[in-house]
Amino acid sequence: MSLLKLKGLSVTYRTEEGPLPAVRDVDLTLERGEVVGVAGESGCGKSTLASTVLRLQPSSATVSGQVLVDGEDVLTMRWGDLRALRWAGASIVFQGALHSLNAVRRVGQQIAEPIQLHEPSVGAAEVARRVGDLLEQVGLPASRAASYPHQLSGGQRQRVMIAMALACRPSLVIADEPTTALDVMVQAQVLDVLSGLVKELGVGMMLISHDLSVLADMSDRIAVMYGGRVVEQGPADQLFTDPLHPYTSALSASFPRIGDPAARYAPAGLAGDPPDPRELPPGCSFAPRCSLAIPDCTTAEPPLELKRPGRGVACIRVGESV
Amino acid sequence: MTLAAADPAAAAAEAGEPRRRGGGYRRYALGKVLGALGSLVFMLVVNFFLFRVLPGDPARTLGRGRLSTPEQIAEFNKTYGLDQPVLQQFLTFLDNTVHGDLGYSILYHRDVSEVLVERMWPTLLLVGTSTVLAALIGVWLGIRAGWDRASRFDRFTTGGSLTLYSMPEWWLGLLLIAAFAVGIGPLPGLFPTGGLHSVDADPSSLSGVLDTAWHLTLPVITLTLAYLADYALIMRGSLIDELRSDYLTTARAKGLRDALVRDRHAVPNALLPTTTVVALNFGFVVAGAITIETIFSIPGLGLLTTDALQVPDYWLLQGVFMLSSAAVITANLAANLLYGLLDPRVRT
Amino acid sequence: MSTTSGTVTLTSRQLARRRRRAARARAWRRFRQNRAGMAGLVVLTVVVLVALLAPVLAPADGLEVTHATGGVLDAPSGEYWLGTDANGRSVLTLLIWGARISLFVGLMATVISMLIGTLVGLTSGYFGGWPGAVLFRLTEWFLVIPFLPLAIVLASVLGRSLVNIVIVIGVTSWPGTALLIRSQVLSIKERPYIERSRALGAGHRHLIGRHLLPNVVPIVFANTTLTVAVAILSETTLSFLGLGDPTRVSWGSMLDDAYGVGAITTGSWWYFVPPGVCVVVVVLSFTLVGQALEEVLNPKLRQR
Repeated sequence: MSLLKLKGLSVTYRTEEGPLPAVRDVDLTLERGEVVGVAGESGCGKSTLASTVLRLQPSSATVSGQVLVDGEDVLTMRWGDLRALRWAGASIVFQGALHSLNAVRRVGQQIAEPIQLHEPSVGAAEVARRVGDLLEQVGLPASRAASYPHQLSGGQRQRVMIAMALACRPSLVIADEPTTALDVMVQAQVLDVLSGLVKELGVGMMLISHDLSVLADMSDRIAVMYGGRVVEQGPADQLFTDPLHPYTSALSASFPRIGDPAARYAPAGLAGDPPDPRELPPGCSFAPRCSLAIPDCTTAEPPLELKRPGRGVACIRVGESV
Repeated sequence: MTLAAADPAAAAAEAGEPRRRGGGYRRYALGKVLGALGSLVFMLVVNFFLFRVLPGDPARTLGRGRLSTPEQIAEFNKTYGLDQPVLQQFLTFLDNTVHGDLGYSILYHRDVSEVLVERMWPTLLLVGTSTVLAALIGVWLGIRAGWDRASRFDRFTTGGSLTLYSMPEWWLGLLLIAAFAVGIGPLPGLFPTGGLHSVDADPSSLSGVLDTAWHLTLPVITLTLAYLADYALIMRGSLIDELRSDYLTTARAKGLRDALVRDRHAVPNALLPTTTVVALNFGFVVAGAITIETIFSIPGLGLLTTDALQVPDYWLLQGVFMLSSAAVITANLAANLLYGLLDPRVRT
Repeated sequence: MSTTSGTVTLTSRQLARRRRRAARARAWRRFRQNRAGMAGLVVLTVVVLVALLAPVLAPADGLEVTHATGGVLDAPSGEYWLGTDANGRSVLTLLIWGARISLFVGLMATVISMLIGTLVGLTSGYFGGWPGAVLFRLTEWFLVIPFLPLAIVLASVLGRSLVNIVIVIGVTSWPGTALLIRSQVLSIKERPYIERSRALGAGHRHLIGRHLLPNVVPIVFANTTLTVAVAILSETTLSFLGLGDPTRVSWGSMLDDAYGVGAITTGSWWYFVPPGVCVVVVVLSFTLVGQALEEVLNPKLRQR
């Protein structure tokens, strides 16, 4: 049984200006110990995807489809079971740790909280020891437990978030842009810590980022999202070096690899803005920005099809170009 | 596994944000104390201006009722240094105030400071009790209402609070007197219409204490209702401000029950602004008591103010004004210091 | 972007005006959705109409004690819907005329308070430096002076008249507005277009008149409504304490009179209940309208 399986997941927000479909018909699986990257520009629905896995979406959202964690559907689960699953079974490393941590409580208390909640039999001394261990695992001295979030740097706070996410030894970790707010040096360190721990502890991780190069380094497989849908899926290295969907190509080209001469001579970006989910263009949502678009692209939304072994692509032009 | 913290470059990169430890609160507190001292001096200037410069002829306003002949006026002017230049007068005024000389009450024929000290206790009892009650009930209502926004409880609480807020508190007191002290129709009056205790009661005995409590019931209810509206609305507002915060999502993701998310995470953050307002309101002791003490005939500073107003006894009015301003400044300082203690972002 | 054929190119001023009109229309649409705010607006419209039409609704000589025809504190009857006061005057007539004074004092005091508050807030926020700091301190100090004692002292020193009570309330209630506007100005000042405008050589007058004021006005507008509510409450309390204009009837002075003649102990509810209800209803309406405006005009609050 897969650790996490999303089946036909759609999330729509009610807004003043009408319904906003943030996630549309997404299928995704994640096995134990596997790292799956989810890539896409801001507003493509990837953060909504993350919050839906633990049913944390705001009340203005309507969700359809299934979110199976160890075969059980999170969306229809009883509240008690859901609370038991949260953090002990699956935890989240949120983006922007400054706001995701409570400013008036010490970070040690905040790391200890899920342990006390999910393992009430553990004594206070043991909890304190585990908090210290967790902090040291992420490269912080155990004495940092007494600090308040504002006393830590951005990188340190994000490490605290990681320590917190691992507190109850979950089998699934969802990392939602865990390094976005950090500068490049610190970003690399935090990613090191995260990937090291994931491998060491054998947890499955869904890593969400707009940075395809980060995902290529850390993930086993990658799903690329555009306009709320998965447009391409496949093994990480193949997808990055040999993208099939024109959007993936553009995304991959916008994060050039150092030492890649082709990228130096043909710097590529992507013109235009991501579509407004309330007013999606007809047919393929990417067509208006796509250099390969033909009139047929705007007639129907292309389905995600296996175009090569293990490579799903939603583009009618991929078949021709091969 | 390799740990990044062992790498000095990493430590340096992460120390990018300035971090001050210790000393922060001391500096914060010092700033607030200096600010309060500034307010105090400003208050004295305003006072001086109000009572000596604005009326044009201080001898007439300040000595009204006592001075009739020109000789008396000259004598009065000399006693209070009113024949001297304004700056000299101000220094004399400062000197007197610092030494507790707030002038002489023509209404009671006693030193103003003496009268003030004597009249302070009923007011403290009345306003202190009401503020504590109102803070407890108001904060509780605000939490319940803000957390379940737009629920029936919220609509009722917010509507009620806004109505109370729109009501002159003394009018509410009059309604309560008419209903529960005078009585409506067949319903007899349950509570006394006024006073601090019965004429024959010994305030130090147990029955005397009960008698005082019985007399204070209606005024305390009135003031509690008046203050409570404020606290409930503020607490509700600051809780709603917290509702969308990311740290609440974190708390939920951890698997905490809704009530725990509220009590352990949202409320401590939302309480910060409310605490400040409650502490600040302790300072409005006199101001809040003026009308309520008047309609319930409670011999505190408030009734003293309206009595002084009838004469008018300017020295006494000035004393009350100074005392009430000083109370607000002190409470304001206390509120700031308390905020600093409660919020680690200020404390450390 | 090029203009499509057929559209007339608009000058920047026309564009700005058109944008502003669209913004106003949008704000009004949002305001209409706020039921509490609409209810307040309807009530206020009725009260203002009653105040304006007072001479038609209740002839002014009904206020003259010498012309009074009713008995002493008569209960409501077919002739006197809300009974009579201790002088035999109709309480309803007093109520209608009282609306004029209460609204007048509330509005005029608010105008004064707004003028001082905007001036101080704008100056201290825009110019900064030591004048800004001094003004800011001054505002903070004024804020901690307890309102009622200060108002009482001022009123008793100045004497009792309609103008004085307006002045007293006006000069004691501006600090909140000043602080609000200062913080707004400080945040607007940091926006990039101000810097651009300054780099293009815009002077103080242009910056304040074209950029700061238009942005601050909506906030002031909402705050004004809330200030009127407080000013009317203040008028009522000061009049109750006998500091109002003795020659004019306001809701506060009616309550003072009712209290003075012992209407509470004799159970003459028709004399002390209606004025209080009027105050509550009007103050509540101003508050509701003010809150609705705040919600409409302040995008941060709207998301709530």
